[in-house]
Amino acid sequence: MHVAMDKLFGGREGLVGLAILAAVIFIVMPLTFDIFRLNLVGKYLTYAFVAIGLVLCWGYGGILSLGQGIFFGLGGYCMAMFLKLEASDPESTKIQSTPGIPDFMDWNQLTALPWFWEPFHSLSFSLLAVLAVPCLFAFIISVAMFKRRVGGVYFAIITQAIALILTILIVGQQGYIGGINGITDLRTLKGWDIRTDEAKYVLYFLNGALLIGAILVGRLIITSKLGRLLLAMRDREDRVRFSGYDVSSFKIFVFCVGAMMSAIGGAMFTLQVGFMSPSFIGIVPSIEMVIFTAVGGRMSLIGAVYGALIVNFAKTYFSESFPALWLFLMGGLFIAVVMLFPNGLAGIYSSHIKPKFAAWRARRGAGGGPPLPEVAPPPEPAAPKPAERPAAAAVPRSLAAGIQSEPSR
Amino acid sequence: MDGYSASELANIFAMQAFAGVSLFSVFVLMALGLAIIFGQMGVINMAHGEFLTIGAYSTVMMSILAEKYMPSFLPYYFIFAIVVAFIVAFGIGYLVEFLMIRHLYRRPLDTLLATWGLSLIMQQIFRSAFGAREVSATLPEWLMGSWQPIEGVDIPINGLFVLALTAFLSLAVFIFLFRSRWGLKVRATTQNRLMAGAVGISTPMVDRITFALGCGIAGVAGAAFTTIASTGPTSGSLYIVDTFLVVVFGGAGSLLGTFASAFSIAQAQSVMEFFMSGSMAKVLTLLTVIIILMIRPEGLFSVKVRK
Amino acid sequence: MSSNTDFVLSIEDLTVSFDGFKAVDSLNLYVDKNEIRVVIGPNGAGKTTVLDLICGKTRATSGSIRFKGLELTRMSEHQIVRSGVGRKFQNPSIYENLTVFENLEVSYPKGRTVFGALAFKRTAEVIAKVEEIAREIMLEEFLGTEAGLLSHGQKQWLEIGMLLIQDPELLMLDEPVAGMSARERELTGQLLKRICNNRSVLVIEHDMEFVKNIAHKVTVLHQGKILKEGLMEVVQSDPKVIEVYLGH
Repeated sequence: MHVAMDKLFGGREGLVGLAILAAVIFIVMPLTFDIFRLNLVGKYLTYAFVAIGLVLCWGYGGILSLGQGIFFGLGGYCMAMFLKLEASDPESTKIQSTPGIPDFMDWNQLTALPWFWEPFHSLSFSLLAVLAVPCLFAFIISVAMFKRRVGGVYFAIITQAIALILTILIVGQQGYIGGINGITDLRTLKGWDIRTDEAKYVLYFLNGALLIGAILVGRLIITSKLGRLLLAMRDREDRVRFSGYDVSSFKIFVFCVGAMMSAIGGAMFTLQVGFMSPSFIGIVPSIEMVIFTAVGGRMSLIGAVYGALIVNFAKTYFSESFPALWLFLMGGLFIAVVMLFPNGLAGIYSSHIKPKFAAWRARRGAGGGPPLPEVAPPPEPAAPKPAERPAAAAVPRSLAAGIQSEPSR
Repeated sequence: MDGYSASELANIFAMQAFAGVSLFSVFVLMALGLAIIFGQMGVINMAHGEFLTIGAYSTVMMSILAEKYMPSFLPYYFIFAIVVAFIVAFGIGYLVEFLMIRHLYRRPLDTLLATWGLSLIMQQIFRSAFGAREVSATLPEWLMGSWQPIEGVDIPINGLFVLALTAFLSLAVFIFLFRSRWGLKVRATTQNRLMAGAVGISTPMVDRITFALGCGIAGVAGAAFTTIASTGPTSGSLYIVDTFLVVVFGGAGSLLGTFASAFSIAQAQSVMEFFMSGSMAKVLTLLTVIIILMIRPEGLFSVKVRK
Repeated sequence: MSSNTDFVLSIEDLTVSFDGFKAVDSLNLYVDKNEIRVVIGPNGAGKTTVLDLICGKTRATSGSIRFKGLELTRMSEHQIVRSGVGRKFQNPSIYENLTVFENLEVSYPKGRTVFGALAFKRTAEVIAKVEEIAREIMLEEFLGTEAGLLSHGQKQWLEIGMLLIQDPELLMLDEPVAGMSARERELTGQLLKRICNNRSVLVIEHDMEFVKNIAHKVTVLHQGKILKEGLMEVVQSDPKVIEVYLGH
């Protein structure tokens, strides 16, 4: 049991990192910001779900998807459709020519609810759809691509094109799905008003808890044999294939997991922000989601969360104060993070801050302070005694070295 | 289709097909550059659309200059502008390769992200320099108007001109790649970089010229673009995804494939636009392309090699 | 001659052509149980292509490859591996960023499906097996070493070990001693002789001393066809073989 826990939390260091993140989300942020700003932080944190999914797909699996907005949007739309139906009861829409259907349908001369809206009257169906629809979509895309060994830049371009297609499709279907405005004016969830401050607090904490859960799921995957296989595949796909593994099934799995995480983020976005629109699906938002991950560190689940927070804070600040500067900064960020800091903040932390911190602790330990356990990581023995090598060691130290190499094809 | 006689329908069809030809020209001009850069070097240049924009703005600038200082030159400036557009885009492409791309070879996904960043920066530069509003070049008289081969069919002259330019440039690229010494070096480098280096080809220089050339062609595409639409900071980026699909659909590395796919995509889109809304036509076209790519990932034309 | 089913591997009438060029041309090849067979031949003879065809990397144009009665030409790569065919590549193909232990563990034939891999645990059984193989390939002292830091010869052994841990019935090695020192060649020869118990080994090799040392039988390929097959001494003195090797 201890070993399993240790594995999940990534040992001592992983546990500390997770605890700090939890403290930031659950204590620091709520104490620092009023509910308006905290709601904004909650919105940023919904992007962190996408960023975590990208760490799994891109960082570990080597699959760069430029279409994560698709899944974020699908998840968000599934949630929004439920909320919209609840907000469109015949009582509150009685001034419409057809009461009981969403307002934008009425404006577009629709007189009946389209068939695909019907099941979204049910909350349990909608919640299931939040996960199932994006997962199915991701499954179809990834089976078609990975079974035929399409990867790398081709995959990136095709996912980007799909994001474009979906955006144009939604924008073009004003009457059925709300068009460019999206699905707006969402009010209650099973009678509970999501627009009140109290609801916003509850949703913020729920969002934070789900995010920690997503990180733990991510940890579970990357510390398992599956995580090692993903890394192995990224570097030597043929060797993995000729060791008896069906390479595509692993890629399909990790892509679907990434899609479902994005979808949870999208659903939480809808709940906290109160609307969903195609502007969160297209090419630009999708590629921005990649930069969150890149800034945080493409191999670091926790880093991805900070990446999403920092980039979005900067975006809000700059686009409010210096809108012209923001695009320069964003563009510069893409270039810098690729050319100078390929491992993002997590990389900077482990190569610059951590050694200094360890040295400082070592000095303090030597200076007669209270003896600290495990001052520095023990040197790797030449031959490990496997019995003493807990499963936690499954995340190889050597991962750091693996990050530098980008799979090429 | 009620209300149209058969001959009217045929005329509309012919004109719609020609509208497709204009789109085809822009696709080909943009895709030619991309196909060279992607097909020969494996580099995904997300900022390729911005090189088109550079060419377009250069042309607009030339038009303004001509109008202001040498009105008598106005009928001829456009030819000159094409050359300028090429040189400016070529020069900037050369610089970009030197500063950025060459550090990222063998990291195709990273190149993609970095060039996306570059495209954001370039768009903002355009916005700061030329304003967010779209601007147009003053077209010389001889480019305006239309040609009526038969009663009821109007073929715009500018469309014909762009088509001719496309044909000329495609031929030039073909000759460069397959009939010149430089082209031989480029192809040798693509096929075996180590060996090419060993026989004395300066592969970094080949890369730089190849990249710059692709950008220069995008610049010419920009000049051509001004004859059929007005130019804004994001004009080029609107075409980037379509163009990538054109290149991938045609089969990377195959110029013939690029033509075939540009033609079929442009025609499909333009003909369907007559029957449904523009956005649905685009959705259907792109979706068809994606589905075909899922069934045949190597594209329309591909080379079978022994690995 | 016994019937085909007695052979571990029987290749019949195998042809593959790339745009009309026949890299392998109606080839027939039979490998016995517990046999070490070496395939030699000049460059471009189609040796590596034959291995590619057996393990499914390249698809045959026509012909059949039967392994223990299974038709391999219609199976996918991972199914072929799971049926008991292991293949070492020409250049050492290992996971340089993982340790030797992890390299072997990843190749351990359990947890091969997505959910199997998620649930896979490093049990005492796994550890024992990894250590046993590491001893076999003379790397027991390097279990904690990152594989990228091994010498070229050790990398070759590690890749052989990664195949051994799956206990394949047919082991295919593409130039296992290329780039090795004399001492390493000798050790590799001994290793191959040790591991061919209960399995057949198909080796491609250029080093004639090494071939003489290990081979039970030698097949000479030339332009996708078999030029000569038999004992090393016989093959070596065959005028056609000498012509092919020295004549051009």
